Amino acid sequence: MSAEKPGDSAAAAPELSPLLKTALERLGDRVLEHHSARGDDRIHVARESILETARILRDDPELSFDLLLDVTAIDYLGQPDDFETKLRVWDRNSASMRRQPQRRHELVLPPRGPHPRFAVVYHLTSTKRAHRLRIKCRLPEDDPKIASLTPLWPAANWLERETWDLYGIVFEGHPDPRRIYLYEEFVGHPLRKDYAKQGEQPIQEYVGPGAKEPRRPH
Amino acid sequence: MSDPERKNPAAPIEGNNAAALEELHTPPMRLQFGPSHPATHGTVKITLDLEGERVVWSDVEVGYLHRGFEKECETGYYYQNIPYTDRLNYSSPILNNTGYCMAVEKLFGIATPERCNHIRVIGGELSRMADHMLCIGASAMELAAFTPMLYLIEGRELLLDMIDSLCGGRVTTNFVRIGGISADMPENFPEFARPRLDRALKLFEDADKLLTENPVFRRRMEGTGYLSSEDLIAWGVTGPMLRAGGVPYDIRRVHPYLVYGELDFDVPVGRHSDNFDRYLVRLEEFRQSRRMILQCLDRMPGGPVDADDPRVRWPGKGRVFNRMEELIDQFKLVTEGGMPPAGEVYHAVEAANGELGFYIVSDGTGKPWKCRCRAPSFSNISPLAKMITGGQLADVVPTFGMINMIGGECDR
Repeated sequence: MSAEKPGDSAAAAPELSPLLKTALERLGDRVLEHHSARGDDRIHVARESILETARILRDDPELSFDLLLDVTAIDYLGQPDDFETKLRVWDRNSASMRRQPQRRHELVLPPRGPHPRFAVVYHLTSTKRAHRLRIKCRLPEDDPKIASLTPLWPAANWLERETWDLYGIVFEGHPDPRRIYLYEEFVGHPLRKDYAKQGEQPIQEYVGPGAKEPRRPH
Repeated sequence: MSDPERKNPAAPIEGNNAAALEELHTPPMRLQFGPSHPATHGTVKITLDLEGERVVWSDVEVGYLHRGFEKECETGYYYQNIPYTDRLNYSSPILNNTGYCMAVEKLFGIATPERCNHIRVIGGELSRMADHMLCIGASAMELAAFTPMLYLIEGRELLLDMIDSLCGGRVTTNFVRIGGISADMPENFPEFARPRLDRALKLFEDADKLLTENPVFRRRMEGTGYLSSEDLIAWGVTGPMLRAGGVPYDIRRVHPYLVYGELDFDVPVGRHSDNFDRYLVRLEEFRQSRRMILQCLDRMPGGPVDADDPRVRWPGKGRVFNRMEELIDQFKLVTEGGMPPAGEVYHAVEAANGELGFYIVSDGTGKPWKCRCRAPSFSNISPLAKMITGGQLADVVPTFGMINMIGGECDR
């Protein structure tokens, strides 16, 4: 609008990408944070509102995120929620004279607060509008549960099974919550940071409920 | 979307025969198809419940080739993970190399030189051609058409010869580096490549003539494995399968990377979304890839092939052996790895089977905190149970063949 001073809002916040602008408009308070780095747009939402958010993103004609590309998780064990960098000018001479470690940048670690350990990451794209969006939801360690997106995209079925298999994230309302890569008797979730890479385990016989029944999806 | 004459012939039996069958009703037979079956090129177990020849229920199990690619990547430096990406889709490894390296370059914020981009496109399109040849040849062989396989394998050898002359490896190429490629292409590569491309096209067209007008092949392919374009999108299917359903979603066109934005090529789309259209889309993509390679050879710019960035590219051997600073630099790069800024990126390229994305989370050290591969085969095979249920048992084989599930990529 011409009545507003043009410089004001631009100085307060960096310029939003057109996609984020539309998404923030449609999603309102559901977006906790939003970032735009290296050409990737990303929003953070609370896990309670993931199903609603995804439905709006899929059904809104201007956003029309119809293709769910990927579902995965991140384990931030012993780390801050997000990694940020303070870029430092690299000066070879001063670094070697002062015997500083030869790093091109240094990490800024925010203090470890009551931050959840896991993040579930969704990648969406639109076959009509050709844009991509990343959604992140944080989940606490003691209750890693989130609603399944299978009712919206059948593609979520296998991707969420994989995330359950490798990270132990529980997707509530998933129609077929089996492991996908590993065998049912496998103990633990190997992509968690506290699962040792060289950890071996013997194949164990499954004795839990339904052990004798043929395995069938519902 | 679909012609009436291309309908899947597997319809419920009606009329008097239905009553007769009702009396003879027996419980469905459970058939285990795989994990290692001669009629599938890929390790996957399909459990089928059959009523006669009709599939009434099916379940697909993957994971027989799971090797922990992502866990392995988290413990290696960025440059050490490139050979693992060869083993994702082992029939088109350069495309995987490119996808991974471009994601890491995006993380570093590096732009590669034009010559490097052109050579990457040549290598990638050669891989795509080889992949499509193998896919068509193996699928035809599984339908008992053995001869086209011989033509296509011979043509694929020519393509592998060219890849060999680019990087010294036929199948496990390890060609692309972060910020460049392993070596510049040989000086005589254009003269080496052009006759081989022509010969490969000739062999490909022979196989095309053998298959496309073959009534047996067409009867097996047409109308089988149908999935509507809405379903394809909802199931996250990309690549030739999605384009055969009439959706022109090709990342080379939609989000152009490397030099694809400047090249002249067509994106073939199908109409019927069945196996035969998937086959036809692959046929046409082969020709388009050849077109792109010829354009790249014509417009090949000069200059270096490596980005001038000391964070990722090692100093030349001559300088390493004669100067202390470069020696230290190389030592540090090898033992600590190039360190990108912290953050996360997702970068996708159009691999032979669809969108191959790498999602990398960096904590600022030399090793990725997380390296996720969004494999096209994994999403493409997830609707297989839906596609084969209700059809004939014999339709499982062409449907599976045209999905072109690659175990290394699907199971990672």
